[in-house]
Amino acid sequence: MKLKLNTYFFLLTAMLFMAACGGNTSTDRNEGSMEGDIRIDGSSTVYPVTEAVAEEFRAVQRKVKVTIGVSGTGGGFKKFSRGETDISDASRPIKESEAAACKENNIEYLELAVAYDGLAVVINPGNDWVDQFTLEELKKLWEPAAQGNILRWSQIRDGWPDEEIHLFGPGIASGTYDYFTEAIVGKSGESRGDYTASEDDNVLVQGIAGDKFGLGFFGLAYYEENKDRLRLVPVDNGQAVVSPSLETVKDGSYSPLSRPLFIYVNNTGAARPEVKAFIDFYLDNAGALAAEVGYIPLPQEEYQKQRDKFTTFIQEKQAVQ
Amino acid sequence: MNKTQSNRLKDQAFKYYGIFSTVLGLVLLAVFIIDILMDGLQRIDWQFITSLPSRLPEKAGILTAWSGTLWIFALTALFAVPIGVGAGIWLEEYGKKYRWANLLEINISNLAGIPSIIYGILGLEIFVRMLGMGGSLLAGSFTLSLLVLPIIIVSTRESLKAVPNTMKEASLALGATKWQTIWLQLLPASFSGILTGVILALARAIGETAPLIVIGALAYVPFVPTSPMDEFTVLPIQIFNWVSRPQHGFVVNSASAIVILLVIVFFMNAIAVYFRNRAANKVKW
Repeated sequence: MKLKLNTYFFLLTAMLFMAACGGNTSTDRNEGSMEGDIRIDGSSTVYPVTEAVAEEFRAVQRKVKVTIGVSGTGGGFKKFSRGETDISDASRPIKESEAAACKENNIEYLELAVAYDGLAVVINPGNDWVDQFTLEELKKLWEPAAQGNILRWSQIRDGWPDEEIHLFGPGIASGTYDYFTEAIVGKSGESRGDYTASEDDNVLVQGIAGDKFGLGFFGLAYYEENKDRLRLVPVDNGQAVVSPSLETVKDGSYSPLSRPLFIYVNNTGAARPEVKAFIDFYLDNAGALAAEVGYIPLPQEEYQKQRDKFTTFIQEKQAVQ
Repeated sequence: MNKTQSNRLKDQAFKYYGIFSTVLGLVLLAVFIIDILMDGLQRIDWQFITSLPSRLPEKAGILTAWSGTLWIFALTALFAVPIGVGAGIWLEEYGKKYRWANLLEINISNLAGIPSIIYGILGLEIFVRMLGMGGSLLAGSFTLSLLVLPIIIVSTRESLKAVPNTMKEASLALGATKWQTIWLQLLPASFSGILTGVILALARAIGETAPLIVIGALAYVPFVPTSPMDEFTVLPIQIFNWVSRPQHGFVVNSASAIVILLVIVFFMNAIAVYFRNRAANKVKW
């Protein structure tokens, strides 16, 4: 059994080595004056923006440890309402039940919009019959009653081919799904169930790119990265036929399929200087960073509004204490 | 066709079936590895291994992910191996006389088939919340230890069973106590089998994503963990996160991270094979 002990020694050495490694990394230049931990969790859609902000924040305040999880918008709020996180990423507004859970645990919070995301309705480039969709057509296609009934392109609009339609969309746990169903079907979380669902949007891209009769929806960024393999469908919202783009999402004309992305911060967090500094930094830089990771920045005056909102929130909380 | 001929035909047919089965597995593995290497090798360099996560694929690295994976590996081994082997020895050598040990055995085998996310939920409630460990390395490795214990227990028992009874009887006949028999005869003789089970178990542990996400392992951690109470991320979570990003650069990154994970697993296996061969050379009966 001597061998066994050797194995243990090996493991212990490995651990010591890792501990030693850890020591090295924190002795870098410009440290910043603040210390502390900032815990963030929530939507994987908002994650790239928060990650970008955290990365840049680290360059100014090296000793503040920012960590980000990706439990999803709902999973994030669950932790947020228990006081386990300081900030929650969300790709939809907080639900009543989640707000109630926060209240029960005496957690007051503030919602801050940080960027927009457009939902793209896409088809295969080989599809030469679709020019645009109306909201009614999308509803007819995606509502729960469509399950087992609306199965062919010809059923959506006369003159379209009598071929099976193959649907792709995000899984029901994602905020993107919640938002799309709310905007199109009218009720969040209600849709037909007989479509190919994946939490990984790249799988949806693959599916539609390889299927002439495919149709699906997901975040605009995934279309932007796969322009050569997909075709974007403009949506007729009753006022105009709009194709999602930086401009149409930003000025609100690509309604209702553009959505704001949020972060939520709680009162105990906002009272800590490092969290306050992080949020200030977030709102100052979200515009540029959101664009870099594939989202659409809010207009400048909108960021100013969010900053004012945050300042007021902090002042109110201090007045109470 | 007479009987001999037909038997020979069957013999040949089975031989080719065997070759086909073996080659099929190898070809699939080769295709997978070549595909990953083609995507991933271009991105692997020192910068990739020593950098923190980033929004820019070409700047991003896996320092915190692989260090988290090594921590998880080491801690899980530290907890799961002594407990698993101990339980295996007890069940095989001591517990047989109790009737409920049978019941225990069936349950342990069943545990091996439970989806890993269930262990994640268990870990979240017990380690993260009740014992207040938070989303720490300790909570993660405790959870994964539970997950792999059944594999270690079962393989320990099987390896002990494979030791010829005469060895045990000879040892006992010479006046050795039960403990002396186990420590000096049975364990050295079954060492290579137990080690195989341990390696299978640990390889599974470092490939797990779901239970760790449930207990609160993170996606963005800008520091290398320095104590078991630190929060962490692991390679499979980093890979999962990158695979689902829109930018093509991240897909390449995830292929590279997969290559690194493969290297870690291969390296682990190599160490195990080395120890196993040394142990096997010593056992003579």
